[in-house]
Amino acid sequence: MPDQLTEEVIAIIAREQRLAPEKIRPDATFQELKIDSLDGVNIVFALEEKYNLTIPDEVAREMTSVGQVIEALRRQLGQASAV
Amino acid sequence: MERIVISGFEVISCLGLDRRQFWRRLVDGEGGLGPITRFDPGTLAANVAGEIPGFDPEPLFGKQLDLLDRFAQLALYCARHALAAAGLDGGFEPWFVPERVGVITGSGLGGVESEDRAFQQIYGQNAARLHPFSIPRMMTNAASAHISMEAGARGPCLTLSTACASATHALGEAWRYLRDGIVDLVIAGGADAPITFGVFKAWEGMRVLAPANGNPRRACRPFSADRAGMSLAEGAAIFVLERESSARRRGAPILAELAGYGASADAGHITQPNRQGPLSAMRAALATAGVRPQEVDYINAHGTGTRLNDAIEIAAIRELLGEAAAQVSISSTKSMHGHAMGASGALELAAVVQAIGHQIVPPTANFTAPDPNCDLDVTPNQSRPRLIRTALSNSFAFGGLNAVLAVRAV
Repeated sequence: MPDQLTEEVIAIIAREQRLAPEKIRPDATFQELKIDSLDGVNIVFALEEKYNLTIPDEVAREMTSVGQVIEALRRQLGQASAV
Repeated sequence: MERIVISGFEVISCLGLDRRQFWRRLVDGEGGLGPITRFDPGTLAANVAGEIPGFDPEPLFGKQLDLLDRFAQLALYCARHALAAAGLDGGFEPWFVPERVGVITGSGLGGVESEDRAFQQIYGQNAARLHPFSIPRMMTNAASAHISMEAGARGPCLTLSTACASATHALGEAWRYLRDGIVDLVIAGGADAPITFGVFKAWEGMRVLAPANGNPRRACRPFSADRAGMSLAEGAAIFVLERESSARRRGAPILAELAGYGASADAGHITQPNRQGPLSAMRAALATAGVRPQEVDYINAHGTGTRLNDAIEIAAIRELLGEAAAQVSISSTKSMHGHAMGASGALELAAVVQAIGHQIVPPTANFTAPDPNCDLDVTPNQSRPRLIRTALSNSFAFGGLNAVLAVRAV
């Protein structure tokens, strides 16, 4: 059973890419989902807006799969809540 | 020299979503200007705009829409329909090699709607970040780029930005690319979508916008004694241009010949026009077309509806044609489709091509009373059947940049 953050990230990627959420597995790569670099920055922007945080460029660059997005976001949110 | 012909085109404007509606309303003298609805006009005296009615981009573009400012949507929409009209919606092959297909479009303001919204977020709402598609939406070359991507046109792809003459320069340069053998097909025209509060306030500052005065549809009255300025509009028109031999080989429609092109600069004032610049551009258009002045039947004027432009344009036409000026039909279709900035020249070429096709001169609408400074036949209010073999389409931009196309019946 995916956790809430996983579900939310998948929902955002689905919305931005015009994909059905059930087509997006947590282990899918951006390449498999045909998410190019411009799509990628768009997804990062949508996450920043949703969670009201700033994702540094070096973190954004690591996001090349759904799982990496979720893990990086989890770290960022953890840091944000620790402040 | 082989003839360059128009084998397809499409127009979108406040007169409607396609070339048929555009022409029907032009012939009927039925304008498309109205009160602004796309933003709250507040205290704008010039609460007048040529807004496109009923354009729904969502089903046309889907996800692609995220990357398209409105001006690029309009350009892409017209390019699709123009290619279909020219019989090329299935691709260029076997008739053309993609590397020999060019795209040249004009736009004065580019993605200004996206720019306006983005800067409002930054300056007005202290937004922390802007959408990552802001740049690709704002850039003025987005229209030509998206057309090349969608059509698979791999030849030279350019965007010209010469304010109100952008599309005419783009079409003229397209003609030159074909004439000089650089390409075998060009998708060319112009698009602008300037209906934003920021753009209107900037134009208001120049004091050249016609006030609504309770009747926005009739705000723009080119060549009339009581003309009070121009009216901004949105729109696009895209043409497919090729050599006559390829059009005949393909069995494509041959709607008209794009016969000549003249360009010039006033080298005078940044906003105030002079007679010499427009005159030399018209002369060059006739010279490249191999047409004598007395052969011109119709001139689609730049005709913005400002005091100065209209009087200077008429004076330049008078000097160009001499005694023949009394016989030429002139009209400003901006009285109906408004001033669509960098798209205007393309809208007006669409009017000229259909005028030639139907042998009808579209009128200058909203004409009230003659101005002694504009005392040629400006086709007031009523369209008129006449033999049109040769026509000119004039565009004169701020900066003193002039472009004129010569068009002939085939």
